[in-house]
Amino acid sequence: MIPASFDYHSPATLAEAIELLGRYRDDAKVLSGGQSLLPLLKLRLGSAGHLVDIGKIPDLEYVREDGGYLKIGGRTRETALEHSDLIRKKYHILADTAAVIADPLVRNLATVGGNLAHGDPANDHPATMMALAARVVATGPKGARTIPIDQFFTGLFSTALAPDEILTEIQVPVPPPKSGGAYVKLERKVGDFATAAAAAQVTLSAGGEIQRAGIALTNAGPTPIRAAAAEKFLQGKKGDAAAIAEASRLAGEAADPSPDRRGSVEYKKNMARVLTARALAKAIARAQGA
Amino acid sequence: MARHKIHVTVNGAAAEAEVESRLLLVHFLRENLRLTGTHIGCDTTHCGACTVLLDGVPVKSCTVLAVQADGRQVMTVEGLEKDGKLHPIQEGFFQEHGLQCGYCTPGMMMTSSALLASNPDPTEADIRRAISGNLCRCTGYVNIVKSVQHAAAAARTAK
Repeated sequence: MIPASFDYHSPATLAEAIELLGRYRDDAKVLSGGQSLLPLLKLRLGSAGHLVDIGKIPDLEYVREDGGYLKIGGRTRETALEHSDLIRKKYHILADTAAVIADPLVRNLATVGGNLAHGDPANDHPATMMALAARVVATGPKGARTIPIDQFFTGLFSTALAPDEILTEIQVPVPPPKSGGAYVKLERKVGDFATAAAAAQVTLSAGGEIQRAGIALTNAGPTPIRAAAAEKFLQGKKGDAAAIAEASRLAGEAADPSPDRRGSVEYKKNMARVLTARALAKAIARAQGA
Repeated sequence: MARHKIHVTVNGAAAEAEVESRLLLVHFLRENLRLTGTHIGCDTTHCGACTVLLDGVPVKSCTVLAVQADGRQVMTVEGLEKDGKLHPIQEGFFQEHGLQCGYCTPGMMMTSSALLASNPDPTEADIRRAISGNLCRCTGYVNIVKSVQHAAAAARTAK
C-alpha cells in the first residue's frame, strides 16, 4: 500500500517545525515515530498534504525527574521508556505499559508523545497517564502551555492540541512514598489493540488506607475513560478484596465500549471489571512494598 | 510532488537516490536497490517480514519513509553474510531448520541478530519476547528459537 502524495519536511528546530505547522494548519501532520500515522496514510484512512518530521529536532527525547515531576520528552521512544532504570524502579505502571504497546519492533520507533497526541482511545498511554494525573506540555508559536490530561482528549482521534502545537513533554507528578501502580491489558495477540485494559495508581496513608486512587480504562469508549466513581469509592478504604471488588464493579460500569471482533459490549465491560481488579491488586501490593 | 535527494548507507555501501516523500523504505530497498531479500508481508505493521536494521535497531521497513533513512545506516538480510561466510544467525537457521516456507526468515534473522548484538546469552523467554513482532505463518517458532540459541552458542564458542 502506498500513501497518497504528500510533502515531507524535516525541520532542524522546534521553532521551524511550529512555523511549518502554522503555515499548513489542518493540512499538516506531525510525524513522530510514525507507527500510527504511516499505517493510517497507507490505508488511506487519513491524509495530509504535509508531514512535519520532528525526528531531527534535538532535546525531545529524555526521561528524568525534575522539580517534583517525572518529565518525559515528547519524542521519547517506547523502547527507551521500557528500558529506563528510573521507570523500572519507580514507575511500574509505565514500565507495564511500555512493555505491552504494539510489539518490540514498533516500540523501537513509536513515541510516548505520539501515543497520546494520536488521540486514539485504543492506545495504552492515555489511560496510564490519566491514572497518574499527568499533564502534557504543548508548544506553539506563543510558547509552551500545560494541559491537564483530563482536558487533553476531546473526542475520537482528537485532542486539545492546536494545529500549530507540538506535544513536547509529558509531566507526571512524582508519586509520594507508599505509592504503586500497574497496567493490565487483555489482548488477543502481541501487537493487537486492547480488548480491554486497566490502569491503576494508588497512594496509601501511613495507616495503610488508600489516600488516592487513579483508575482509567483503555479502549472502553470514544476517549480514554476515567473510572471516577471507583476512585472516589476507594478513598479512605483499606485495599482489601471487598474494596477491590466494589471498585472494579464501578469501573466496569464506567466502561462504554463498542462491540467488534474483540468482543461484545457485555464481554468488554466485564473484562474492564476483571482487569481493574487485577490492576488494583497489583498496584496496592506494589504500594505496600514501596 | 515533492522529491528528496537521499544518501543512505545500505549494508555498508553508499546509496544515493532521488525519492518521492511517500516512498516507503521497504520499496526503496526492493525496487530502487533491488535488494529483494527484505520481504513485504502484511504491509500493515503487524508481521515483521520487512524488518531491517536502522542504525542497528530492528524496525518494520513498511512503516518508515525512505526519506527518514537519509544519512543513516540500513542493514538488510543481504548484509548478514560476510566474505562468503554465513552470519552465525544464518548458520543457526540452516542447522536447526529454522524455516519452512522462508517468508518470515529475513525479518526473523534481522530481529534476532540485533537481539544477539545486545544480549549474547538470551533466555528462551528473551528470544520469544524479541521476536514477538515477527510472525511465522508456518508457526515454526520452536525451531526458530532453537536457531537463535544455536547462533548464540556458536558466537560464544567462537570467542
